[in-house]
Amino acid sequence: MIDTRKMKESNKQAGTKVGSTTGIFIFLLILGLFMALPIYLAVVMSIKPVQELFIFPPKLYTLNPTLDNFKDMFKVAGDLWVPFSRYVFNSVFITVTVTVCHCFVSAMAAFILAKCRFPGNKILNSIIVVSLLYQSNVIYIMQYIVMAQLGMIDTYWALILPSIATPMGLFLMRQSMTQVPDAMIEAAKVDGANMFTICWKIVMPNQKPALMTLIIFAFQNAWNIAGGGLVYDESLKTLPTVVQQAAAAGLARAGVAMASAVFMLIPPILIFVIAQKNVIETMAHSGIKD
Amino acid sequence: MIEKDKIGVRDKKEQRRIMWLQVKQNKECYLMLLPFMLLFFVFTIIPVVLSLPMGFTDFNMVQFPKFIGLSNFTTLFLSDKVFISSIRVTLVFAIFTGPISYILCFVLAWLINELHPRLKTIFTLIFYAPSMANVYTVWQLIFSGDSYGYLNSMLINLGIITSPIQWLTDSTYILGVVIVVQMWISLGAGFLALRAGFQNIDRSQYEAGAIEGIKNRWQELIYITIPSMGPQLMFAAVMQIVSSFTADIVGRNLVGFPSTDYAAHTIMTHAYDYGWVRYEMGYASAICMVLFVAMYVANKLISTALNKYLD
Repeated sequence: MIDTRKMKESNKQAGTKVGSTTGIFIFLLILGLFMALPIYLAVVMSIKPVQELFIFPPKLYTLNPTLDNFKDMFKVAGDLWVPFSRYVFNSVFITVTVTVCHCFVSAMAAFILAKCRFPGNKILNSIIVVSLLYQSNVIYIMQYIVMAQLGMIDTYWALILPSIATPMGLFLMRQSMTQVPDAMIEAAKVDGANMFTICWKIVMPNQKPALMTLIIFAFQNAWNIAGGGLVYDESLKTLPTVVQQAAAAGLARAGVAMASAVFMLIPPILIFVIAQKNVIETMAHSGIKD
Repeated sequence: MIEKDKIGVRDKKEQRRIMWLQVKQNKECYLMLLPFMLLFFVFTIIPVVLSLPMGFTDFNMVQFPKFIGLSNFTTLFLSDKVFISSIRVTLVFAIFTGPISYILCFVLAWLINELHPRLKTIFTLIFYAPSMANVYTVWQLIFSGDSYGYLNSMLINLGIITSPIQWLTDSTYILGVVIVVQMWISLGAGFLALRAGFQNIDRSQYEAGAIEGIKNRWQELIYITIPSMGPQLMFAAVMQIVSSFTADIVGRNLVGFPSTDYAAHTIMTHAYDYGWVRYEMGYASAICMVLFVAMYVANKLISTALNKYLD
């Protein structure tokens, strides 16, 4: 543990030398405003009444905020055969399962690939990178064929299993875990800990930033699973599918489309903020030490 | 000769025995790898391996693929003019959204790291949010070709232009517009991984550095920060290669498909065209293979360069 007071002092010292922190803040603020503008507009448009959407000149704000667009979205979605709550359940169930399983499985495999010398390690590591680089729409067809062979089409499995073992999360964790000092693992081995314990009790607590990033990626990916072509049963479909339908069917399409985009963005942002706060608070006081 | 061969055989046997011993010793490792690798094998490796030969076939998704040798590739390079123009578009795209956005990811992650903890979360969110959002409609309204478009209306009010510009249909502007939007969403996985990397650096290294005569942020960055971020820099590089070379969705959503004069028609758009519009999966697969080779080479070059720099 480092004395935080000392840390702050050393930061302050460094800060006075080149480019003050205020300067950095102002620069980031200006760039940030530009970056945030389209999303701000999306939010404004989602609460604009229909008649305000096409006035000239277009305004950056609205004086009569309304939730009509959201209501329309839910109405269109609610007019489908199954109740809206069913889609919410499907999405939440799939997102939670995929995120938890993905993080567990990838973190463990990443630890082995980063810190274990065994026959096959190098090949597996390069397969992971190559599979990230190989993108082809034929893969989806082959995936479909594999799933059909396994009898997974039109079940939850088709939406969950393929998303659990995606190479990106593994690659992220592996890269981060290569930074764990070997001495730390050796010491634990001497104490008689097995690899599983070392992974979860010793290494993972030090990998919070990477783990939180992994959670953000996994959640975002799982939340957007639409499952088009993999499930036909209406009661198995997820929110993205329904929300897209609503956005395409609404009368004032721009408004409803924005409402659905904003609606879908809320959960990932919440997860993001919780995860980031967690990282920053825990890591402000310690880092990885040799 | 015979002696040598015998020794060779014995060596091989010996090697195999040692390897088997190593495998046995690392039982635990394989067991911990198993859950990921099993799913990865079934849902990624098998489909990828099955898709590899498709580039050499004529496959329309109805009949069984028919082997046609290199004919897809000769057609691609010798008579497909749209493909040749898509190579140019992809390269322009890759240069902007690849290296430039990579540097931007790093610089922003670094600058954010210098701020107060609470501001860190806010700024990271602001820069990362675009890659989570699905707001092409907003960009369509911003760049809308009539005077209702936000950009046109602003430029008209400021007196810079007198009549609205057709941002999304005039082939002189299309590529630029798509690049702007692609860059807007490009602070994604790589950026967040770099943020995590900065968070992971041991603070005492900076104190040690200060004692050894490191004077300012710039020197800290060059001598301490970058060398200890190798793995994250590598991850971000791979992510930027993938997202810049396979850029396609933004273009199709923003300027339509196909875009005027194929101005935003990337290699991936071409593969989409043949795969999901014309159902010529063999040809689409050949296109993807060419793209894969390009990405593989780019990755090799960048990882060699990065390793050299970091060592």
